[in-house]
Amino acid sequence: MRVALFVTCLADQFYAEAGMATVRLLRALGVEVDFPQEQTCCGQPAFNAGYWNEARSLARRTLGIFQEAEYVVLPSGSCASMVKNHYLELLPGDEEALRLSEKTYELSQFLVRVLGVTELGKGLQGKTIAYHHGCHALRELGVKEEPLLLLKNSGAEILPWEAAEECCGFGGLFSVKLPEVSLAMADRKISTLPKADALTSTDAGCLLHLTGRMGKQGRNMRVVPLATLLWEAYAG
Amino acid sequence: MQVKAKLYPKEAARLLREHPGVREAVTGATLHFEANRKRAYQEIDAEIWRERARRVKDHLLTHLDHYLELAEKRLQEKGVRVYWAEGPEEAHRILREIVARHGVKRAVKAKSMLTEELGVNPLLESLGVEVYETDLGEYLIQLLGEPPSHIVGPAIHLALSDIQRLFHGRFGTPLDASPEALAAVARKVLREAFLTADLGISGANFLVAETGTLALMENEGNIRLSTSLPRVHVAFVGIEKLLPRFADLALFLPLTARAATGQRLSTYVSLIQGPAKEGEEGPKEVHVVLVDHGRTTLLHDPEAWEVLRCLRCGACLNACPVYRQTGGHPYGYVYSGPIGAVLDPGLLGLEDTYPLPYASTLCGACYEACPVKIPIPKLLLTWRKRAVERGLAPTWERGAIQAFSKVMQSPSLYRFFSKALRGLPLPQDLLPLLKAWTEGRGPLRPSPKPFHQLWQELKE
Repeated sequence: MRVALFVTCLADQFYAEAGMATVRLLRALGVEVDFPQEQTCCGQPAFNAGYWNEARSLARRTLGIFQEAEYVVLPSGSCASMVKNHYLELLPGDEEALRLSEKTYELSQFLVRVLGVTELGKGLQGKTIAYHHGCHALRELGVKEEPLLLLKNSGAEILPWEAAEECCGFGGLFSVKLPEVSLAMADRKISTLPKADALTSTDAGCLLHLTGRMGKQGRNMRVVPLATLLWEAYAG
Repeated sequence: MQVKAKLYPKEAARLLREHPGVREAVTGATLHFEANRKRAYQEIDAEIWRERARRVKDHLLTHLDHYLELAEKRLQEKGVRVYWAEGPEEAHRILREIVARHGVKRAVKAKSMLTEELGVNPLLESLGVEVYETDLGEYLIQLLGEPPSHIVGPAIHLALSDIQRLFHGRFGTPLDASPEALAAVARKVLREAFLTADLGISGANFLVAETGTLALMENEGNIRLSTSLPRVHVAFVGIEKLLPRFADLALFLPLTARAATGQRLSTYVSLIQGPAKEGEEGPKEVHVVLVDHGRTTLLHDPEAWEVLRCLRCGACLNACPVYRQTGGHPYGYVYSGPIGAVLDPGLLGLEDTYPLPYASTLCGACYEACPVKIPIPKLLLTWRKRAVERGLAPTWERGAIQAFSKVMQSPSLYRFFSKALRGLPLPQDLLPLLKAWTEGRGPLRPSPKPFHQLWQELKE
């Protein structure tokens, strides 16, 4: 089996470790991994802000880059949903878009639903984890149990968190168009955050936003992409 | 009502800065409502209920001309006088005539968002009519001279201490009066108003076309009193509020209650079948004003019409983490929160409501809560796309997105930008964006090396 990694521009720049972890984990599970070098951004920032022409040309570009791939895996729920769901709105009737949609997965979704892997190892034995459900993973992809299952089966304890399924306030351009509201939303997440060994999520944007805000408030907690934790689950 | 939606970003920021108590009050109340709704949905097969309700509403909306004529006919058969109002002007003319004909001095009003749209209270006051909002929350904000901040809980932004201060100034109650004591004071004032009013004004949750029945839901009993004690009752009904059949109430009444407050049914449901007959008690005259006010235009909009399914239950407001931070006032119009962000541009035009479709992170919680499955995130994206097409977006944003798109189109520019992020000065276009980010979150910290560079090393 061969997977093309779409690392996403945010992870490429800010969570390169998530890309590394994804490659290592997939290889360890016997999957060949390609990384098409021309990839950049899926176009979501432009799409969500209403710039459909700009988004459409980035979508077309991405279609070309991953045309030959057997599967496309992203360490991001939001960008995966952009490719899987919103390309079809941007490019209605485009068969390539439909084919890409069908073979695109968020990492934990790919592991559980395609590879059928639910046990990675015991590398997270005794660790407590606060899991932030990224909105697009949760509500657009329906990815909810997959990451939790993989984490729990590796010995981690997911701590109850009343705001776990609430939006963190990142929202892409929202975070700078309405910064006060965005920060108030982060504060609500952080004020309810349980004391855990790590805070994790599928999405780099949420983590960047929450880490920055927690740092500003002097709150120290390890904040780490899901891919990194899944690799730790495997490698110990 | 005056539209101040353009000020949304500034007003939201100002409210968070200057009135932090509002955030606390709204967050507390909406989380409570949202938890109740979730529990109430879990008791039923919510997906089936919502899908059925969606289909009924879509059937209604795609045959609205037929059902409107049927409703008019059935209402007239029951002795109800029916009027058609395209907007506030016609609605005002109709109401002015009724007030003059009956020499109305005092009116009691049931909570109705449509009458907020139409500016019914200012009109009545200009005619010398004393108006009492009789929903407790609505009464509070009437005393304060504020617009409602939530579709179902208009005073959701107030803390108990705000109300204690208000009543202390107005009625001389102690500053630590209990909620029960405060409610008792309001009750006394409102009872007097009910018993002496010449006119009762209401909206309607539903108007059943098949039978000409007005259905009104409430928990306080004030709607029943407003629509049964005064000798004249005027109901303002948006044309999208119809239901085809009487039997549809069996689905829509409990579904609305579950979505709005998590109740299985509201405490009161009034089904109004027309004026009192000989020997019966009740209003001698019932008038129904069917109001368009932008709805027909929306109905013909193939990308935006689904918003007309809305039942005004407020579930999307309760579910919305953006709304929760400020309540409804910064949105600058009757309808706030997610539904306001997709309804207001449709009713008022995008030019006057530009920032509202951006008052969302597209988290999708609104869609999950909506009892009639209005695809709010999809509609938000549609209105944003139109805003950009019509040149309403700010110049800095257009510049930033175009620069961003240019960089992302070209791997070599992208790699150059990647290096710039790790040392070189950043492109000017992005600077205001950067500032807005770093102020609350500290500096951006890129990975020491981007992944695409690590990949090369990994391969070797």
